[in-house]
Amino acid sequence: MSKADEIELLHEVTQWFYREADILDYREYAEWLKLLHPDVRYFIPLVRNVPRIRDTEFTREQEDNAWMDEGFTTLEKRVKQILTNIHWAEEPPSRVSHLITNTVILSVDGVPGAREVETRSRVFVYQNRIDDEVNHFVGKRIDRLVESDNGWLLKHRTVHLDQSVLLAKALTVFI
Amino acid sequence: MTKPIDELIVQDKGLVSREIFVDEDLYKQELSKVFARAWLFVAHEDQVAKNGDYVVSKMGTDTVIVTKDMEGKVHVLLNTCTHRGMRLCRNDMGNARTFSCPYHGWSYSMDGRIVETPGDLAGVPGHATYYHGELDKKDWGLVRAPRVKVYKRTVWASWDPDAPDFEDYLGDMKLYLDYALDGRDGEPGNNEMIGGVLKWRVPSNWKFAPENFIGDNYHDISHRSVDLVGINPSGGTGRRDDEPDEATTLGFPKLGHGVIGEPPYFEEPEFVEQWAQNPEVLEYYRQVHKRREERFGDERRVSMTVGTIFPNMSFHGRQPRTLAVFHPISPTEMEMWRFFLVDRDAPQAVKDMARHYHLSYSGPGGLTESDDMENWSYATDSSRGEISRSIYFNYEMGLGHARELEHLEGAVENGVFTEENARIFYRRWAEFMKAGSWDDIYPGKGPGPDPTGKAAAPADESK
Repeated sequence: MSKADEIELLHEVTQWFYREADILDYREYAEWLKLLHPDVRYFIPLVRNVPRIRDTEFTREQEDNAWMDEGFTTLEKRVKQILTNIHWAEEPPSRVSHLITNTVILSVDGVPGAREVETRSRVFVYQNRIDDEVNHFVGKRIDRLVESDNGWLLKHRTVHLDQSVLLAKALTVFI
Repeated sequence: MTKPIDELIVQDKGLVSREIFVDEDLYKQELSKVFARAWLFVAHEDQVAKNGDYVVSKMGTDTVIVTKDMEGKVHVLLNTCTHRGMRLCRNDMGNARTFSCPYHGWSYSMDGRIVETPGDLAGVPGHATYYHGELDKKDWGLVRAPRVKVYKRTVWASWDPDAPDFEDYLGDMKLYLDYALDGRDGEPGNNEMIGGVLKWRVPSNWKFAPENFIGDNYHDISHRSVDLVGINPSGGTGRRDDEPDEATTLGFPKLGHGVIGEPPYFEEPEFVEQWAQNPEVLEYYRQVHKRREERFGDERRVSMTVGTIFPNMSFHGRQPRTLAVFHPISPTEMEMWRFFLVDRDAPQAVKDMARHYHLSYSGPGGLTESDDMENWSYATDSSRGEISRSIYFNYEMGLGHARELEHLEGAVENGVFTEENARIFYRRWAEFMKAGSWDDIYPGKGPGPDPTGKAAAPADESK
């Protein structure tokens, strides 16, 4: 890939991330679902304090426990639950801002029009609700996007949160 | 100054003072009188599967190392170097024969060939020189919980050497705990823990959680949103498969435990389809049902949905099948842990479906549990005010309407909607808080409560 192509692709995916963040932060959840591939996997593993030489820091996708480990059906249920307006953990709604930064392209496969790109970013999701409840969800996010007739769609997301004990009473925001 | 315990828990009126959910002094008393005495859940045996495996856990506000020694015996040791207090093990889990303190290098061995008792002090840098060989290493081993019980792959401990045996502590509540820990077909102890424990902080007094799980069907409205959306593993609305019509609340007034479940029965009811979204899983449960019929015949058995073992352990026995512990952090904060269980020998499809369902239901990201967190947190928060902390919570529902029950020792049956089990929980809490030692609160000791109201009512000899 030429330098110009790489810059263009990076611009495209980061703009996609910012648009996704806008959709979530402005609570347009039905629109957010349209950004997901039907076979999407959304995975936030648990993090453990283990010796540096062990490979057991993160729980394994579709094998172990996790904060979230699911596909489109459950993500859609989360959206529907918020839209009932009686999901008390999000009613009245939290104020949420997604900051996405440090995006690098890890790999690009496929031909133009059907490419698949993997990126790694840092995310900072700020949540404030009621009066003084504040939660910070900070970590590394690895995304795989696929190109379709409707633009890029999210095929796979892994979020490595930088917390072992979750310092939040609930995880009702998408990261 | 806080009020005397009997003014905080007004048993004959079903009143509980909000002070017990926010007050710093009561919280400190609770740590010594409840948490340093009671049997506490500390680990699942899968976390210490092999000799030398260890996992760090909590008992009250203390951190402990749960470890399997080189002979396969489980120990619960205070996770602090006896020399200068450094947190000895800062990993969550691993495998080690020796724990060495990073501060001055004192080391403790889990190997009975090196020390008399695993957990004893094995190595002290400069013992012969700086200490002139005078430090008696036997006196400075890790502090150990004197009572440890491995029960159907779960590990429990108590700091009090005078605590009753674990099974006496459970009483007939054991049958209901067994329902969660035994295989779906009733095979004793057939459970496996899915890897990883959910741990999260909740700005709630710890007692809101066991009170909820001990028998609060009334709070169903909290979960209306998930019920509308439906995470039922057979499809459609609701958050679980249909439950038996016999479901009620059962409590153990002298023990402080309670459950939402079915009273003992002697014949397996007809099979009801469950986990029906996956035919392979549905078939597994059909076979399980047959095996239950064969195993139990006309013997006594129980089943249950949720329950609490006093003080801070609750469990779901059916859907989802999970264990929970509520660790106190401060009067107004707890750390909640969740463990997910499946049948050890179940087909992978059964385990996978259970894991996905557990995750969609439980934990901070669970569609059901997230709404509980909101309720407990803001109930705690709004009990902090100078005026609001001076008033009582109302636990009047069903007061005096408990019924005696056959085939279950020391239990009462209270109907589906009642606050009897919460009253039982706070009554036991009050007994612990007033007791000088286990002598005063030993299971079955003393006249005990009479939630049926018979003792208070004048005798009617006309019937």
